[in-house]
Amino acid sequence: MTEQVIRHPDNVEPDAFTQAQLEWEPWLEPKPIEALTQTDREALKGRRADSPYFRLLVRDPIVLGARTRADIDIFTNEDGGLPRPERELAAAAASRVNGCLYCASVHSRAATELSGRRDDVQRLLDDGIDSEQDERWTAVIEAAAALTATPSRFAPAHVAALKAAGFDDQAIVDVIQSAAFFNWANRLMLSLGEPAPPVGD
Amino acid sequence: MSDLIDELVGIAPGDHLDTLRAKRPIVRRDAQASYEELIVSPSDLDRASAAERAAIGYWVAALSQAAALAGHYRSLLASLDPAVLDALVTAIPEATTTGPYGAYPPGPLSVEDEDGLHWTAPASLHSAVGDRLAAALEHTHLLTFRPRDSNPKALQALLDAGWTTDGIVTISQLVAFIHFQLRVIAGLTVLKEAN
Repeated sequence: MTEQVIRHPDNVEPDAFTQAQLEWEPWLEPKPIEALTQTDREALKGRRADSPYFRLLVRDPIVLGARTRADIDIFTNEDGGLPRPERELAAAAASRVNGCLYCASVHSRAATELSGRRDDVQRLLDDGIDSEQDERWTAVIEAAAALTATPSRFAPAHVAALKAAGFDDQAIVDVIQSAAFFNWANRLMLSLGEPAPPVGD
Repeated sequence: MSDLIDELVGIAPGDHLDTLRAKRPIVRRDAQASYEELIVSPSDLDRASAAERAAIGYWVAALSQAAALAGHYRSLLASLDPAVLDALVTAIPEATTTGPYGAYPPGPLSVEDEDGLHWTAPASLHSAVGDRLAAALEHTHLLTFRPRDSNPKALQALLDAGWTTDGIVTISQLVAFIHFQLRVIAGLTVLKEAN
């Protein structure tokens, strides 16, 4: 018999986008904590070693390390560019389009924490990328959504809308990289496991 | 040091986009490092061979109609396994669609469910590339166009076709990373032309 996936028959998957802290259950066996090598621990730096998601990804430690460092640079490097709340907004918008409830929960929550605009963020989750937003958030959401389409629909009009909303080219690079990164993250999160309700629900 | 994104967008040292990218030096370096470890010079070829990686890379970029990147992976695959490349080129038209689409868990989001192509490798492709790579190409199609349809059965199909758990993590990263790579290229190309 070949290896078998892990199923979670008792899990009731969340059926709506939420800002709550969800859990995530893997479909493949994460690397056991006691089996982690020094290389693995280096690759897990800045991540929770008890996270089943990162202990699954650490099965390719060099790629996980590169991915984590890229993630942190895109979302937290404040040397100019897009304000951090809008980077999280772009991540949440890409996740909303791809349908990743788990990723959308993490990054909508981060967008709310950084911006204080819980209701605006919730409208993105509830009504999707066509939700009513101000000019700046509309420009970011539409650019992230266009870049998330396959093939990409990102066009000069999106650049023009971002500029008209007051964003410079450095900020536009951040919009591009934030949305692009979540086309990486969403596909891993969606395809290697499933979201589960918050603990205590 | 060569950088594939710079090369395909057409960014030269000192260009406006070079200056912008230089402000995010770690993502620039680690995008290239991911590409090298996943495709150009992987440290472990047992979990996925060089030709399998190039084939999956070409398949993602071609399905996504990312012309410059597809051309790059096409050349790489041509140098590693021209017969596989021919089989993929033949299969592309029937596999290509637009996304993302798929279904949510039954509930309030079901109104957003959208059906689309559920591509399976034709018998001719199975015989040209083998069942193991064919299974990976089907999974790549799922991740490319309808990632929210992912389910444990899809991973079981990979295990049954001979992929190990480590191998599945690596090819999942490969597919997902190229979706990042092709969008950075698409976005920067538009930004370059807009300036």
